[in-house]
Amino acid sequence: MASQFIKKLELNKDKIFNLLLVSSAFSLLILGVGIFLSLLNASSLALKKFGFSFFSGSEWDPVSEEFGALPFIYGTILTSLISLLISLPFSLAIIIVLGEYFKKGIFAEILRYLTELIAGVPSVVLGFWGLFFLVPIMREIEIKLGVTPYGVGILTASIILAFMILPYSASIGKDAMRLVPNELKEAAFALGATRWEMIKKVMIPYARSGIIAGVILSLGRALGETMAVTMVIGNYHGIPENIFSPGNTIASIIANEFTEATGEVYLSSLMYLGLTLFLITTIVNLIGRLILKRLQH
Amino acid sequence: MQSYTFRIAKSKIISVILTLVTLVSTIPFLLVLYFIVKNGISVINWEFITHLPTPVGEPGGGILNALVGTVILIFIALILSVPFGVLVGIFLAEKSGSKISFFVRMMSEILQGVPSIVVGIIAYLWVVKPMGHFSALSGGVALGIMMLPVIIKSTEEILKLIPVEIKEASLALGVPYYKTILRVMLPAGLSGILSGILAGIARIAGETAPLLFTAFGNPFLNFNILKPISAMSLLIFNYAISPYEDWWAKAWGASCILVFFVLTLNVITRIISSRK
Repeated sequence: MASQFIKKLELNKDKIFNLLLVSSAFSLLILGVGIFLSLLNASSLALKKFGFSFFSGSEWDPVSEEFGALPFIYGTILTSLISLLISLPFSLAIIIVLGEYFKKGIFAEILRYLTELIAGVPSVVLGFWGLFFLVPIMREIEIKLGVTPYGVGILTASIILAFMILPYSASIGKDAMRLVPNELKEAAFALGATRWEMIKKVMIPYARSGIIAGVILSLGRALGETMAVTMVIGNYHGIPENIFSPGNTIASIIANEFTEATGEVYLSSLMYLGLTLFLITTIVNLIGRLILKRLQH
Repeated sequence: MQSYTFRIAKSKIISVILTLVTLVSTIPFLLVLYFIVKNGISVINWEFITHLPTPVGEPGGGILNALVGTVILIFIALILSVPFGVLVGIFLAEKSGSKISFFVRMMSEILQGVPSIVVGIIAYLWVVKPMGHFSALSGGVALGIMMLPVIIKSTEEILKLIPVEIKEASLALGVPYYKTILRVMLPAGLSGILSGILAGIARIAGETAPLLFTAFGNPFLNFNILKPISAMSLLIFNYAISPYEDWWAKAWGASCILVFFVLTLNVITRIISSRK
């Protein structure tokens, strides 16, 4: 009798445990959907008032409650693309060096740590460093070039962003290079290829989608990066004239103005920006992950 | 056709150039480290980590409020995200082929990519707005959301690495399913889960953007999680953009402590995961 009862209880505990697992999995789905719906709800006021013209308006004027996101979208895309351009050659070099030349040994390990650990440095610290080291250097360069020497601006932010996203594209691409089968490499050598010819004609084509996925995922990082950019981009509300001008990104305008936002339309417009950023980064990340998934199968 | 010696020379030269470019790419990291240590190490002393900030102009003072704040925020984030994340991780490892798992895994990946500033907005909407004021709790919620995907992924991956024979042996001995998971599988995967938790702490310890309008900052010592609280990252941000040289020096000191804490965690998790 008693043993039967215990057996029943144990069976029930299994059911309870299963229920717990399933409900926590569903909670995660609800959390994700909830984030989207909350942002949508919070930006409804601005959505109703401006609709899609929000993205083509270049006026950001809290006093007259006129809000357009074009300068910030432009700033976000510009900084992200320039940072990709800067980081790409370095990323390719690291991918080849760590993916083929140095795969094992102390030198490879040290190099891996030195190239990847900058991703662990908090964004705010990089911004602080940028403010005191990079900005004065940029000012000198701008004086030499004869443009207005702000020091801060789109290019300064892009350079810091490049440092921050480099480890992501490099480490994913390096992993893809190391997955190239030895048989293929040996076949190339057997046909008389030099090491560089083998890398160029066998390894890079084989690892291409992994390298591209890494670049796309690092783009996702760059789009949403906030603190370092906020500190060195100059916080200017208009459309930047050139890459030396100050500007703003979607993330930096939210960081700068959220706590000061008075008025419901103002706050709602910032939420609208947040929703936009959420959707853009999610789409970019999903594309990157999809390419990586196809690679693994 | 180029001559053989030319092709070999070209290959060698390219390898040297690429290695040099890689070495150049490590310069920013070394520069950042050098700058932080050079400016920060002289600021750090016993008073710096045991005293509250003094008003501008008065010498001395420290960053105790921020140190305590960061520890409290990390604890709140851990309490919220570790049990939840481990359960979701178990679900994904156990029901790895099902349709729900596909969506749950995708959602975890989406969460991983959500910009930290957006997570801050969410914590503002869900906690700060209903409560009516900034609080440590809301900051902890934001950091917890950021930590969640890391814990889910590391739990799932370590559980999948455990040989299925161990699980089958436990079940064959009549151990109920829930006990098999909790008493056999989880202990076997403990090192992986712990390294996931460390990686999660490393991810959130220096986060600033999600705290700007949740934890908000506080110049005084605070242990009440319903009140605004300071954090190392918030203090660095506020001091860095201030016009006072004394505050800049304090921010360098705080950066030094924060960076070495985060980098140590990063190195430890890398060593653990490379042993697997």
